[in-house]
Amino acid sequence: MTVGLNEYLYLSAILFAIGFFGVLLRKNTLIIYMCLELMLVASTVALVAFSHFNRTMDGNVFVFFILTVAAAEVAVGLAIIVALFRRRQTIMVEELNALKN
Amino acid sequence: MSPDILFYFFAALTAGSALAVVLNKNTIASALCLLVSLVGVAAIFVLLDAFLLAALMVFVYAGAVVALFLFIVMLLDTYGGDRKPFKKATIVSSGFALALLVLGLVTFADRGALETPAAEASATAVVPVGASLRAYGEQLFTTYLLPVQIVGFLLLIAMLGVIVLSKKFEGLEDVK
Repeated sequence: MTVGLNEYLYLSAILFAIGFFGVLLRKNTLIIYMCLELMLVASTVALVAFSHFNRTMDGNVFVFFILTVAAAEVAVGLAIIVALFRRRQTIMVEELNALKN
Repeated sequence: MSPDILFYFFAALTAGSALAVVLNKNTIASALCLLVSLVGVAAIFVLLDAFLLAALMVFVYAGAVVALFLFIVMLLDTYGGDRKPFKKATIVSSGFALALLVLGLVTFADRGALETPAAEASATAVVPVGASLRAYGEQLFTTYLLPVQIVGFLLLIAMLGVIVLSKKFEGLEDVK
């Protein structure tokens, strides 16, 4: 049995699901952030697989842009987390409830 | 060793360490598991002939992003066994969501919506796409010229944003 498009898409779906449930389950903002990265990476796996099996360049070039946006996003997000920690002394989401009530 | 075995090996490595990211109690261990997972994804990219993307994945993600994560974790000094056990309602609802997801995936695969394209037969004759730098350059500087410039601006804006965010503002009232 050869590895086809389906296997790569299953891997991508599994990775995305793991990242998604990580975002739902974990309370630490940094871990939530890592899981967001996992979801982005899962989508890039699907794009590269489509690109490879359809013999076009577009998926690969799109992954290029996703990488750039992800790097910018990580920088801004971590700066926000540091600013948050400076003010509230915590990064646990259940304690960041200033909008509650 | 055939590419199939390699695919399954790296797929298991990637998925397993991704799971470890979520389940680990220690934040630093989670970040290191993320590193292993990203290297596995880079290996998958090599199997898909996207060599440049694999190298970029290791440079950008494994090099810069994970290093940044580790730096922030150590800066904030909140690592250690601080994960509380999951609540029962959370477990039940996430199990339900997982069941829905698996159902959707199985339905999708069952109906044959994802047939591998027919170009597979002449795979050896065709030059592997994504293997040459020249192909990237041609695409990036013709078809995708505008997106490249927009992404450049995005990076500039992100840099300015980070500088503003990490600046200390005096006299700002605390929320709590």
